[in-house]
Amino acid sequence: MTRDEIKDVILEIIQDIDEDGEVENLNADEPLRDQLDLDSMDFLDIVMELRKRYQLQIPEGDYPELASLASCVNYLEPRLKDV
Amino acid sequence: MTGKPDNQRIVITGVGLAAPNAANLTEYREKLLRGQSEIANIDLRYMDPAPAGVCSFAETRYRKKKDNKRGTRAGCISVYCAHEAVNDAGIDFSEYDKDKTGVYLGLTEHGTVETENEVYNISKFDYNTDYWTHHHNPRTVLNNPAGEVTMSLGITGPHYSVGAACAAGNAALIQGAQMLLLDEVDLALCGGISECVGSFGIFASFKAQGALAQHADPTKASRPFDMARNGIVISEGGCIYTLERLDRAKARRAKIYGELAGYAMNSDARDFVLPYGPRQAECMRKALAKGGLNPADIDIVNTHATGTRQGDIEECRAIREVFGNSPSTYINNTKSIIGHAMGAAGVLELAGNLPAFADNLVHPTINLDNPDPECDLANIVANRPVELKAVKAILNNSFGMVGINSVVIIKKYE
Repeated sequence: MTRDEIKDVILEIIQDIDEDGEVENLNADEPLRDQLDLDSMDFLDIVMELRKRYQLQIPEGDYPELASLASCVNYLEPRLKDV
Repeated sequence: MTGKPDNQRIVITGVGLAAPNAANLTEYREKLLRGQSEIANIDLRYMDPAPAGVCSFAETRYRKKKDNKRGTRAGCISVYCAHEAVNDAGIDFSEYDKDKTGVYLGLTEHGTVETENEVYNISKFDYNTDYWTHHHNPRTVLNNPAGEVTMSLGITGPHYSVGAACAAGNAALIQGAQMLLLDEVDLALCGGISECVGSFGIFASFKAQGALAQHADPTKASRPFDMARNGIVISEGGCIYTLERLDRAKARRAKIYGELAGYAMNSDARDFVLPYGPRQAECMRKALAKGGLNPADIDIVNTHATGTRQGDIEECRAIREVFGNSPSTYINNTKSIIGHAMGAAGVLELAGNLPAFADNLVHPTINLDNPDPECDLANIVANRPVELKAVKAILNNSFGMVGINSVVIIKKYE
Protein backbone atom coordinates (compact mmCIF):
# COMPACT_ATOMS: atom_id res chain seq x y z
CA MET A 1 0.00 0.00 0.00
CA THR A 2 1.13 3.52 -0.69
CA ARG A 3 1.34 6.17 2.01
CA ASP A 4 -1.82 7.80 0.65
CA GLU A 5 -3.69 4.51 0.65
CA ILE A 6 -2.65 3.87 4.25
CA LYS A 7 -3.78 7.34 5.22
CA ASP A 8 -7.15 6.72 3.57
CA VAL A 9 -7.54 3.44 5.43
CA ILE A 10 -6.83 5.08 8.77
CA LEU A 11 -9.30 7.86 8.05
CA GLU A 12 -11.90 5.33 6.97
CA ILE A 13 -11.43 3.37 10.20
CA ILE A 14 -11.71 6.54 12.29
CA GLN A 15 -14.80 7.58 10.37
CA ASP A 16 -16.34 4.21 11.07
CA ILE A 17 -15.67 4.64 14.80
CA ASP A 18 -17.07 8.16 14.85
CA GLU A 19 -19.28 9.01 11.90
CA ASP A 20 -19.69 12.55 13.19
CA GLY A 21 -15.94 13.16 13.39
CA GLU A 22 -14.50 15.79 11.04
CA VAL A 23 -11.58 14.04 9.37
CA GLU A 24 -11.18 16.22 6.29
CA ASN A 25 -8.90 18.92 7.65
CA LEU A 26 -6.79 17.01 10.13
CA ASN A 27 -3.28 18.22 10.81
CA ALA A 28 -1.25 15.10 10.08
CA ASP A 29 1.41 15.95 12.63
CA GLU A 30 -0.88 16.79 15.54
CA PRO A 31 -2.10 14.03 17.86
CA LEU A 32 -5.41 12.58 16.66
CA ARG A 33 -6.77 12.76 20.20
CA ASP A 34 -6.37 16.54 20.23
CA GLN A 35 -8.36 16.91 17.04
CA LEU A 36 -11.04 14.25 17.36
CA ASP A 37 -13.25 12.77 20.05
CA LEU A 38 -11.09 9.69 20.48
CA ASP A 39 -10.00 7.91 23.65
CA SER A 40 -7.91 4.86 24.46
CA MET A 41 -10.77 2.47 23.69
CA ASP A 42 -11.10 4.04 20.25
CA PHE A 43 -7.40 3.51 19.59
CA LEU A 44 -7.90 -0.14 20.49
CA ASP A 45 -10.66 -0.17 17.87
CA ILE A 46 -8.15 1.08 15.31
CA VAL A 47 -5.71 -1.65 16.33
CA MET A 48 -8.45 -4.28 16.12
CA GLU A 49 -9.62 -3.13 12.73
CA LEU A 50 -6.07 -3.28 11.33
CA ARG A 51 -5.79 -6.81 12.74
CA LYS A 52 -9.07 -7.82 11.09
CA ARG A 53 -8.24 -6.29 7.74
CA TYR A 54 -4.54 -7.15 7.42
CA GLN A 55 -3.85 -9.73 10.16
CA LEU A 56 -1.51 -7.12 11.57
CA GLN A 57 -0.53 -7.66 15.20
CA ILE A 58 0.53 -4.38 16.75
CA PRO A 59 2.30 -4.91 20.09
CA GLU A 60 1.09 -2.74 22.95
CA GLY A 61 4.48 -1.05 23.19
CA ASP A 62 3.96 0.33 19.69
CA TYR A 63 0.60 1.97 20.36
CA PRO A 64 2.18 5.44 20.76
CA GLU A 65 3.18 5.15 17.10
CA LEU A 66 -0.49 5.58 16.23
CA ALA A 67 -0.76 8.97 17.91
CA SER A 68 -0.93 11.14 14.78
CA LEU A 69 -1.91 10.49 11.21
CA ALA A 70 1.69 10.98 10.04
CA SER A 71 3.11 8.65 12.68
CA CYS A 72 0.47 6.05 11.80
CA VAL A 73 1.49 6.15 8.16
CA ASN A 74 5.20 6.00 9.04
CA TYR A 75 4.62 3.03 11.30
CA LEU A 76 2.33 1.14 8.96
CA GLU A 77 4.13 1.77 5.66
CA PRO A 78 6.77 -0.98 6.02
CA ARG A 79 4.24 -3.34 7.61
CA LEU A 80 1.68 -2.97 4.81
CA LYS A 81 4.05 -2.69 1.87
CA ASP A 82 3.03 -6.09 0.50
CA VAL A 83 -0.69 -5.57 0.91
CA MET B 1 -50.77 5.47 52.91
CA THR B 2 -52.35 8.90 52.66
CA GLY B 3 -52.04 9.20 56.45
CA LYS B 4 -48.31 9.37 55.96
CA PRO B 5 -46.36 12.63 55.90
CA ASP B 6 -45.54 13.89 52.44
CA ASN B 7 -41.87 12.99 52.77
CA GLN B 8 -42.90 9.35 53.14
CA ARG B 9 -45.12 9.34 50.08
CA ILE B 10 -43.61 8.45 46.70
CA VAL B 11 -44.96 9.80 43.43
CA ILE B 12 -44.27 9.30 39.74
CA THR B 13 -43.53 12.62 38.07
CA GLY B 14 -42.01 11.70 34.72
CA VAL B 15 -42.22 8.88 32.19
CA GLY B 16 -39.80 8.06 29.38
CA LEU B 17 -40.41 5.04 27.24
CA ALA B 18 -39.56 3.12 24.11
CA ALA B 19 -42.14 0.51 23.20
CA PRO B 20 -42.46 -1.66 20.10
CA ASN B 21 -45.26 0.63 18.90
CA ALA B 22 -44.36 4.06 20.32
CA ALA B 23 -41.58 6.29 21.63
CA ASN B 24 -43.59 8.46 24.01
CA LEU B 25 -46.50 8.03 26.38
CA THR B 26 -49.08 9.91 24.29
CA GLU B 27 -48.49 7.84 21.16
CA TYR B 28 -48.26 4.68 23.23
CA ARG B 29 -51.57 5.32 24.97
CA GLU B 30 -53.32 6.02 21.68
CA LYS B 31 -52.06 2.81 20.16
CA LEU B 32 -52.91 0.74 23.22
CA LEU B 33 -56.46 2.09 23.19
CA ARG B 34 -56.70 1.23 19.50
CA GLY B 35 -55.13 -2.17 20.14
CA GLN B 36 -52.51 -1.40 17.52
CA SER B 37 -49.79 -4.02 17.48
CA GLU B 38 -46.62 -3.48 15.46
CA ILE B 39 -45.14 -6.88 16.13
CA ALA B 40 -43.26 -8.15 13.05
CA ASN B 41 -41.12 -11.11 12.10
CA ILE B 42 -37.38 -10.59 12.59
CA ASP B 43 -34.28 -12.46 11.46
CA LEU B 44 -32.50 -14.43 14.15
CA ARG B 45 -29.13 -15.25 12.55
CA TYR B 46 -29.20 -19.03 13.01
CA MET B 47 -32.89 -19.87 13.21
CA ASP B 48 -36.15 -19.22 11.40
CA PRO B 49 -37.63 -15.73 11.73
CA ALA B 50 -39.98 -15.23 14.67
CA PRO B 51 -42.44 -12.54 15.67
CA ALA B 52 -40.87 -9.87 17.87
CA GLY B 53 -41.34 -6.31 19.06
CA VAL B 54 -38.64 -3.89 17.92
CA CYS B 55 -38.56 -0.26 19.04
CA SER B 56 -38.12 2.72 16.77
CA PHE B 57 -37.04 5.90 18.56
CA ALA B 58 -34.69 8.85 18.14
CA GLU B 59 -31.49 7.02 19.04
CA THR B 60 -29.26 10.03 18.58
CA ARG B 61 -31.50 12.62 20.24
CA TYR B 62 -29.55 12.46 23.49
CA ARG B 63 -26.15 11.05 22.57
CA LYS B 64 -23.84 10.58 19.64
CA LYS B 65 -23.96 7.68 17.25
CA LYS B 66 -20.40 6.90 18.39
CA ASP B 67 -21.60 6.27 21.95
CA ASN B 68 -24.45 4.09 20.74
CA LYS B 69 -21.94 2.05 18.78
CA ARG B 70 -19.63 1.69 21.75
CA GLY B 71 -22.37 0.92 24.27
CA THR B 72 -25.16 -1.61 24.26
CA ARG B 73 -28.64 -1.61 22.82
CA ALA B 74 -29.90 -1.73 26.40
CA GLY B 75 -27.79 1.32 27.16
CA CYS B 76 -29.09 3.12 24.09
CA ILE B 77 -32.71 2.47 25.10
CA SER B 78 -31.94 3.42 28.70
CA VAL B 79 -30.32 6.73 27.79
CA TYR B 80 -33.29 7.67 25.61
CA CYS B 81 -35.86 6.71 28.26
CA ALA B 82 -33.96 8.44 31.08
CA HIS B 83 -33.64 11.74 29.21
CA GLU B 84 -37.29 11.57 28.15
CA ALA B 85 -38.37 10.94 31.76
CA VAL B 86 -36.26 13.78 33.16
CA ASN B 87 -37.55 16.16 30.48
CA ASP B 88 -41.12 15.02 31.02
CA ALA B 89 -40.74 15.65 34.75
CA GLY B 90 -39.38 19.13 34.08
CA ILE B 91 -36.24 18.39 36.07
CA ASP B 92 -33.19 20.45 35.16
CA PHE B 93 -31.17 19.44 38.24
CA SER B 94 -31.44 22.86 39.82
CA GLU B 95 -33.81 21.28 42.38
CA TYR B 96 -31.93 18.03 42.77
CA ASP B 97 -28.27 17.24 43.26
CA LYS B 98 -26.86 14.78 40.81
CA ASP B 99 -25.04 13.03 43.65
CA LYS B 100 -28.38 12.47 45.42
CA THR B 101 -29.93 10.98 42.30
CA GLY B 102 -30.01 7.21 41.89
CA VAL B 103 -30.49 5.10 38.76
CA TYR B 104 -32.05 1.67 39.29
CA LEU B 105 -32.84 -0.40 36.23
CA GLY B 106 -34.52 -3.78 36.14
CA LEU B 107 -33.12 -6.38 33.78
CA THR B 108 -34.20 -9.90 32.98
CA GLU B 109 -30.67 -10.65 31.83
CA HIS B 110 -27.76 -8.73 30.43
CA GLY B 111 -24.74 -9.62 28.32
CA THR B 112 -26.41 -12.35 26.30
CA VAL B 113 -26.72 -10.21 23.18
CA GLU B 114 -23.15 -8.91 23.39
CA THR B 115 -21.69 -12.35 24.00
CA GLU B 116 -23.57 -13.89 21.10
CA ASN B 117 -22.45 -11.07 18.83
CA GLU B 118 -18.84 -11.54 19.82
CA VAL B 119 -18.88 -15.31 19.35
CA TYR B 120 -20.35 -14.69 15.91
CA ASN B 121 -17.61 -12.12 15.24
CA ILE B 122 -14.75 -14.47 16.10
CA SER B 123 -16.40 -17.28 14.12
CA LYS B 124 -15.36 -15.26 11.06
CA PHE B 125 -11.75 -15.50 12.27
CA ASP B 126 -11.67 -19.24 12.95
CA TYR B 127 -12.53 -18.58 16.61
CA ASN B 128 -9.21 -16.82 17.17
CA THR B 129 -9.80 -14.96 20.44
CA ASP B 130 -7.35 -12.23 19.39
CA TYR B 131 -10.35 -10.83 17.55
CA TRP B 132 -12.56 -10.68 20.65
CA THR B 133 -13.45 -7.06 21.34
CA HIS B 134 -12.07 -4.99 24.20
CA HIS B 135 -15.59 -3.57 24.52
CA HIS B 136 -16.94 -6.88 25.77
CA ASN B 137 -16.46 -6.32 29.50
CA PRO B 138 -17.78 -2.76 29.79
CA ARG B 139 -20.73 -3.80 27.66
CA THR B 140 -21.57 -6.87 29.70
CA VAL B 141 -21.04 -5.74 33.28
CA LEU B 142 -24.43 -6.00 34.89
CA ASN B 143 -24.64 -2.29 35.72
CA ASN B 144 -24.09 -1.38 32.05
CA PRO B 145 -27.48 0.12 31.11
CA ALA B 146 -27.81 2.16 34.32
CA GLY B 147 -24.16 3.19 34.04
CA GLU B 148 -24.66 4.44 30.49
CA VAL B 149 -27.49 6.61 31.85
CA THR B 150 -25.25 8.14 34.52
CA MET B 151 -22.55 8.92 31.95
CA SER B 152 -25.05 10.56 29.64
CA LEU B 153 -26.76 12.66 32.33
CA GLY B 154 -23.71 13.28 34.52
CA ILE B 155 -25.45 11.64 37.49
CA THR B 156 -22.95 10.86 40.25
CA GLY B 157 -25.26 9.12 42.72
CA PRO B 158 -25.62 5.34 42.87
CA HIS B 159 -26.52 3.24 39.86
CA TYR B 160 -27.07 -0.45 39.52
CA SER B 161 -29.22 -3.10 37.94
CA VAL B 162 -31.92 -5.07 39.63
CA GLY B 163 -31.95 -8.59 38.24
CA ALA B 164 -35.34 -10.16 38.75
CA ALA B 165 -36.20 -11.97 35.51
CA CYS B 166 -39.44 -10.62 34.07
CA ALA B 167 -40.47 -9.21 37.45
CA ALA B 168 -37.52 -6.81 37.23
CA GLY B 169 -39.26 -3.63 36.09
CA ASN B 170 -41.52 -3.58 39.12
CA ALA B 171 -38.59 -4.64 41.31
CA ALA B 172 -36.54 -1.64 40.19
CA LEU B 173 -39.48 0.68 40.80
CA ILE B 174 -39.73 -0.73 44.31
CA GLN B 175 -35.98 -0.32 44.78
CA GLY B 176 -36.15 3.32 43.74
CA ALA B 177 -39.01 3.98 46.15
CA GLN B 178 -37.16 2.28 49.00
CA MET B 179 -34.03 4.32 48.41
CA LEU B 180 -36.14 7.50 48.50
CA LEU B 181 -37.84 6.38 51.71
CA LEU B 182 -34.44 5.65 53.25
CA ASP B 183 -33.32 9.14 52.24
CA GLU B 184 -30.42 7.62 50.33
CA VAL B 185 -31.41 9.66 47.29
CA ASP B 186 -33.76 12.57 46.56
CA LEU B 187 -34.57 11.58 43.00
CA ALA B 188 -34.79 8.07 41.60
CA LEU B 189 -34.68 7.19 37.92
CA CYS B 190 -36.02 3.69 37.86
CA GLY B 191 -37.63 1.27 35.48
CA GLY B 192 -36.78 -1.64 33.27
CA ILE B 193 -34.99 -2.31 30.01
CA SER B 194 -34.83 -5.15 27.52
CA GLU B 195 -32.62 -5.73 24.50
CA CYS B 196 -33.66 -9.39 24.23
CA VAL B 197 -34.59 -9.32 20.55
CA GLY B 198 -30.85 -9.19 19.76
CA SER B 199 -30.31 -12.65 21.19
CA PHE B 200 -31.21 -15.70 19.10
CA GLY B 201 -30.47 -17.79 22.20
CA ILE B 202 -33.39 -16.34 24.14
CA PHE B 203 -35.73 -17.16 21.26
CA ALA B 204 -34.20 -20.62 20.79
CA SER B 205 -34.52 -21.39 24.49
CA PHE B 206 -38.21 -20.47 24.56
CA LYS B 207 -38.67 -22.49 21.38
CA ALA B 208 -36.98 -25.51 22.95
CA GLN B 209 -39.31 -25.10 25.88
CA GLY B 210 -42.33 -25.03 23.54
CA ALA B 211 -43.02 -21.45 24.58
CA LEU B 212 -42.15 -19.34 21.52
CA ALA B 213 -45.20 -17.87 19.78
CA GLN B 214 -45.81 -18.53 16.11
CA HIS B 215 -48.59 -17.16 13.90
CA ALA B 216 -48.96 -16.46 10.20
CA ASP B 217 -49.82 -12.87 11.15
CA PRO B 218 -47.17 -11.65 13.64
CA THR B 219 -49.56 -9.07 15.11
CA LYS B 220 -51.78 -11.95 16.19
CA ALA B 221 -48.99 -14.05 17.70
CA SER B 222 -49.23 -12.60 21.20
CA ARG B 223 -52.60 -13.82 22.50
CA PRO B 224 -52.71 -14.33 26.25
CA PHE B 225 -55.79 -16.13 27.60
CA ASP B 226 -56.87 -17.20 24.09
CA MET B 227 -57.33 -20.87 23.27
CA ALA B 228 -55.02 -20.52 20.25
CA ARG B 229 -52.12 -19.08 22.25
CA ASN B 230 -48.87 -20.92 21.68
CA GLY B 231 -46.18 -18.95 23.45
CA ILE B 232 -44.33 -15.71 24.04
CA VAL B 233 -43.62 -12.88 21.62
CA ILE B 234 -40.27 -11.43 22.66
CA SER B 235 -39.85 -7.66 22.58
CA GLU B 236 -37.23 -5.08 23.34
CA GLY B 237 -38.17 -1.89 25.10
CA GLY B 238 -37.71 0.33 28.06
CA CYS B 239 -39.50 2.54 30.49
CA ILE B 240 -37.96 4.80 33.11
CA TYR B 241 -39.83 6.85 35.71
CA THR B 242 -38.73 9.75 37.80
CA LEU B 243 -39.78 9.01 41.37
CA GLU B 244 -39.79 11.72 44.01
CA ARG B 245 -40.95 12.19 47.55
CA LEU B 246 -44.25 14.03 47.53
CA ASP B 247 -43.01 17.03 49.55
CA ARG B 248 -40.23 17.69 47.04
CA ALA B 249 -42.51 17.12 44.07
CA LYS B 250 -45.08 19.54 45.47
CA ALA B 251 -42.42 22.13 46.25
CA ARG B 252 -41.42 22.28 42.61
CA ARG B 253 -45.05 22.03 41.43
CA ALA B 254 -44.39 18.83 39.53
CA LYS B 255 -47.01 17.11 37.43
CA ILE B 256 -47.94 13.90 39.28
CA TYR B 257 -48.93 10.79 37.34
CA GLY B 258 -49.76 8.75 40.41
CA GLU B 259 -48.68 7.71 43.87
CA LEU B 260 -47.06 4.43 44.81
CA ALA B 261 -49.68 3.00 47.15
CA GLY B 262 -48.36 -0.48 47.76
CA TYR B 263 -45.87 -3.03 46.59
CA ALA B 264 -44.61 -6.51 47.37
CA MET B 265 -42.19 -9.14 46.16
CA ASN B 266 -41.90 -12.82 46.99
CA SER B 267 -40.51 -16.10 45.69
CA ASP B 268 -42.21 -19.31 44.60
CA ALA B 269 -39.34 -21.46 45.90
CA ARG B 270 -40.34 -24.42 43.76
CA ASP B 271 -39.63 -24.42 39.99
CA PHE B 272 -37.17 -23.02 37.47
CA VAL B 273 -39.75 -21.98 34.90
CA LEU B 274 -43.34 -22.67 35.94
CA PRO B 275 -45.14 -19.78 37.62
CA TYR B 276 -47.18 -20.54 40.73
CA GLY B 277 -50.58 -18.94 41.23
CA PRO B 278 -50.90 -19.28 45.00
CA ARG B 279 -47.65 -17.37 45.58
CA GLN B 280 -48.71 -14.69 43.10
CA ALA B 281 -51.96 -14.33 45.04
CA GLU B 282 -49.97 -13.91 48.25
CA CYS B 283 -47.84 -11.25 46.59
CA MET B 284 -50.90 -9.30 45.44
CA ARG B 285 -52.45 -9.54 48.90
CA LYS B 286 -49.25 -8.27 50.51
CA ALA B 287 -49.18 -5.29 48.17
CA LEU B 288 -52.83 -4.51 48.91
CA ALA B 289 -52.18 -4.77 52.66
CA LYS B 290 -49.17 -2.49 52.41
CA GLY B 291 -51.35 0.11 50.73
CA GLY B 292 -54.22 -0.37 53.16
CA LEU B 293 -56.39 -1.35 50.20
CA ASN B 294 -59.07 -3.95 49.55
CA PRO B 295 -59.34 -5.83 46.24
CA ALA B 296 -62.46 -3.78 45.43
CA ASP B 297 -60.35 -0.61 45.57
CA ILE B 298 -58.39 -1.75 42.50
CA ASP B 299 -59.96 -0.60 39.23
CA ILE B 300 -57.46 -2.11 36.82
CA VAL B 301 -55.25 -5.16 37.09
CA ASN B 302 -52.57 -5.24 34.40
CA THR B 303 -51.79 -8.93 34.08
CA HIS B 304 -48.38 -10.35 33.32
CA ALA B 305 -49.74 -13.21 31.17
CA THR B 306 -47.34 -13.96 28.33
CA GLY B 307 -49.38 -16.33 26.22
CA THR B 308 -48.03 -19.59 27.58
CA ARG B 309 -50.56 -22.24 28.46
CA GLN B 310 -49.62 -22.84 32.08
CA GLY B 311 -48.44 -19.34 32.96
CA ASP B 312 -51.71 -17.75 31.92
CA ILE B 313 -53.76 -20.30 33.84
CA GLU B 314 -51.71 -19.84 37.02
CA GLU B 315 -52.05 -16.07 36.94
CA CYS B 316 -55.81 -16.25 36.33
CA ARG B 317 -56.07 -18.62 39.27
CA ALA B 318 -54.27 -16.06 41.44
CA ILE B 319 -56.42 -13.18 40.23
CA ARG B 320 -59.64 -15.13 40.78
CA GLU B 321 -58.44 -15.98 44.27
CA VAL B 322 -57.72 -12.34 45.16
CA PHE B 323 -60.30 -10.44 43.11
CA GLY B 324 -63.03 -13.05 42.67
CA ASN B 325 -65.57 -11.03 44.58
CA SER B 326 -64.71 -7.64 43.18
CA PRO B 327 -67.11 -6.60 40.40
CA SER B 328 -65.44 -3.19 40.16
CA THR B 329 -62.03 -4.55 39.13
CA TYR B 330 -61.22 -4.74 35.41
CA ILE B 331 -58.45 -6.85 33.95
CA ASN B 332 -56.29 -6.23 30.89
CA ASN B 333 -53.15 -7.51 29.25
CA THR B 334 -50.72 -5.20 27.49
CA LYS B 335 -48.42 -7.93 26.11
CA SER B 336 -51.13 -8.87 23.64
CA ILE B 337 -50.31 -5.56 21.91
CA ILE B 338 -46.58 -5.02 22.52
CA GLY B 339 -45.27 -8.53 23.22
CA HIS B 340 -43.18 -9.41 26.23
CA ALA B 341 -40.58 -6.74 26.92
CA MET B 342 -39.00 -8.88 29.63
CA GLY B 343 -37.21 -6.68 32.18
CA ALA B 344 -39.13 -3.68 30.86
CA ALA B 345 -42.49 -5.45 30.83
CA GLY B 346 -43.86 -4.45 34.22
CA VAL B 347 -43.00 -0.77 34.04
CA LEU B 348 -43.84 -0.40 30.36
CA GLU B 349 -47.24 -1.99 30.88
CA LEU B 350 -47.86 0.13 33.96
CA ALA B 351 -47.02 3.25 31.95
CA GLY B 352 -49.61 2.30 29.36
CA ASN B 353 -52.24 2.19 32.09
CA LEU B 354 -51.30 5.38 33.95
CA PRO B 355 -53.27 7.70 31.62
CA ALA B 356 -56.41 5.85 32.79
CA PHE B 357 -56.36 8.09 35.87
CA ALA B 358 -57.17 10.95 33.51
CA ASP B 359 -59.31 9.34 30.79
CA ASN B 360 -60.93 6.52 32.83
CA LEU B 361 -60.37 4.10 29.94
CA VAL B 362 -59.05 0.59 30.29
CA HIS B 363 -57.07 -0.41 27.22
CA PRO B 364 -57.93 -3.80 25.80
CA THR B 365 -56.39 -7.23 25.64
CA ILE B 366 -56.26 -7.93 21.90
CA ASN B 367 -56.33 -11.25 20.07
CA LEU B 368 -58.68 -12.63 22.69
CA ASP B 369 -61.05 -14.29 20.23
CA ASN B 370 -61.76 -17.56 21.96
CA PRO B 371 -61.08 -17.30 25.70
CA ASP B 372 -59.66 -20.36 27.41
CA PRO B 373 -62.22 -21.44 30.04
CA GLU B 374 -59.30 -22.05 32.39
CA CYS B 375 -58.44 -18.36 32.04
CA ASP B 376 -61.94 -17.21 32.83
CA LEU B 377 -61.86 -13.85 34.55
CA ALA B 378 -64.74 -11.55 35.37
CA ASN B 379 -64.37 -8.12 33.74
CA ILE B 380 -61.57 -8.97 31.37
CA VAL B 381 -61.31 -6.14 28.86
CA ALA B 382 -61.14 -7.84 25.47
CA ASN B 383 -60.48 -6.35 22.06
CA ARG B 384 -61.93 -2.87 22.71
CA PRO B 385 -61.44 -0.42 25.56
CA VAL B 386 -63.89 -0.06 28.42
CA GLU B 387 -64.74 3.26 30.03
CA LEU B 388 -65.13 3.28 33.79
CA LYS B 389 -66.75 5.93 35.95
CA ALA B 390 -63.42 6.53 37.62
CA VAL B 391 -60.00 4.92 37.81
CA LYS B 392 -58.37 5.41 41.19
CA ALA B 393 -55.99 2.47 41.59
CA ILE B 394 -54.03 0.22 39.23
CA LEU B 395 -52.37 -3.02 40.25
CA ASN B 396 -49.52 -4.23 38.08
CA ASN B 397 -48.61 -7.91 38.40
CA SER B 398 -45.29 -9.35 37.24
CA PHE B 399 -43.57 -12.68 37.65
CA GLY B 400 -40.50 -14.33 36.25
CA MET B 401 -38.35 -17.40 35.93
CA VAL B 402 -36.87 -19.18 38.92
CA GLY B 403 -39.99 -18.15 40.81
CA ILE B 404 -40.04 -14.41 41.43
CA ASN B 405 -43.15 -12.24 41.78
CA SER B 406 -43.48 -8.47 42.03
CA VAL B 407 -46.58 -6.34 42.43
CA VAL B 408 -46.91 -2.58 42.32
CA ILE B 409 -50.06 -0.59 43.08
CA ILE B 410 -50.34 2.99 41.87
CA LYS B 411 -53.10 5.28 43.14
CA LYS B 412 -54.47 8.34 41.49
CA TYR B 413 -53.00 11.39 43.17
CA GLU B 414 -55.74 13.57 44.59
